[in-house]
Amino acid sequence: MEPAPTHHDLGGNPKYRCTAVEPTNPPLNDFDKRVDALRVVLRERGLITTDEQRLKIESLPESEYFGLSYYEKWLKAMAAVLVSRGVLTWEEVA
Amino acid sequence: MASREPAPEHLALLEKLVGALTARGILTEADLASKKAATERASPAAGAAMVARAWVDPAFRTRLIADGTAACEEFGISLAGNPPLGVLEDTPTLHHLVVCTLCSCYPRVVLGFPPHWYKSSAYRARAVRDPRGVLAEWGTHIPAGMQIRVVDSTADYRWMVLPMRPEGTVGWGEAQLATLLGAEELVGVALPGVLAKT
Amino acid sequence: MTPRFATGTRVRVKAARPETLMRLHLRTPHYVRGRQGTVLRALGSFPNPEDLAFNRPAPVKVLYHVLFDQQPVWNEGQAGDTLLVELFEHWLDPEEG
Repeated sequence: MEPAPTHHDLGGNPKYRCTAVEPTNPPLNDFDKRVDALRVVLRERGLITTDEQRLKIESLPESEYFGLSYYEKWLKAMAAVLVSRGVLTWEEVA
Repeated sequence: MASREPAPEHLALLEKLVGALTARGILTEADLASKKAATERASPAAGAAMVARAWVDPAFRTRLIADGTAACEEFGISLAGNPPLGVLEDTPTLHHLVVCTLCSCYPRVVLGFPPHWYKSSAYRARAVRDPRGVLAEWGTHIPAGMQIRVVDSTADYRWMVLPMRPEGTVGWGEAQLATLLGAEELVGVALPGVLAKT
Repeated sequence: MTPRFATGTRVRVKAARPETLMRLHLRTPHYVRGRQGTVLRALGSFPNPEDLAFNRPAPVKVLYHVLFDQQPVWNEGQAGDTLLVELFEHWLDPEEG
């Protein structure tokens, strides 16, 4: 039997077969917008690429991948990229 | 209702990051404020205006389909530093639906922040496997004779749908046509026109 | 870069599952691995995201839009419905015959 796809690789995942897509789009809160702005600045400074951020998001434990809000995941991923690159130390973020 | 508030430790983490980056001279509060303002200005209105133009101007339509990035420039929208824009042309026999199964790739420059539903696990899991079921939940019914092409936005482009111009809009100007178009129509979960919904 | 595959070429996506060996960043969804598809067109050349994700030098690779029939992938759905996926050249092999 094939190994299960990685948890972020969601296409066709039967777990959601009977889960309706909620067509809601609540407005972003201040935290969301600040995280988003931080990502744009870091990208312009050449301190993060989309793919580094994606990798760190995919690397979150499954419980966090599905449990945290979208921008909480972005934030944790940005912190991880900055420490991985040596821009910041873990003592500055932990 | 606004989106869910973050946990206190994540609010703290954000301020630690901003504080450390500020202390190193990498960014300022003014940088963050200006990026926030710029992102808030982006909305589906830009994508809607481009599609409305394509509906009334065949030459622009051709250019939009051939090179979405260049077509953005005509609207004064620069994609510098952003992924190129691809445009998917619906026809009487083909309907496009955009999803990103691996994350949440979205043409932010022309559509703004990705909607909550677009980022949801249910949409990402089901759009590629049961597109007709997902569309039916929006009240969007695609006739059996029309093929659905689900576009999984996996890599370096961002995709926007160019839907069919609905009937009953003869003589409409671009601005009026653009009112028929929002994120749902430009991702392909809904069809433009009040009569398309049941 | 010159694309290896022209529009209309039948290709097969590599069936590899390298992410089961180690942490990687792959942009090829699991559901097209090992599947037959048709090149719709080459989309240009981009730095390989598999390298970018680790902040190392990223040689450019040709990216394609590859079209798949939806039904064989899931053994369900409506005939004629399709999936269109962006895939990098190193994930594609020519399909013989």
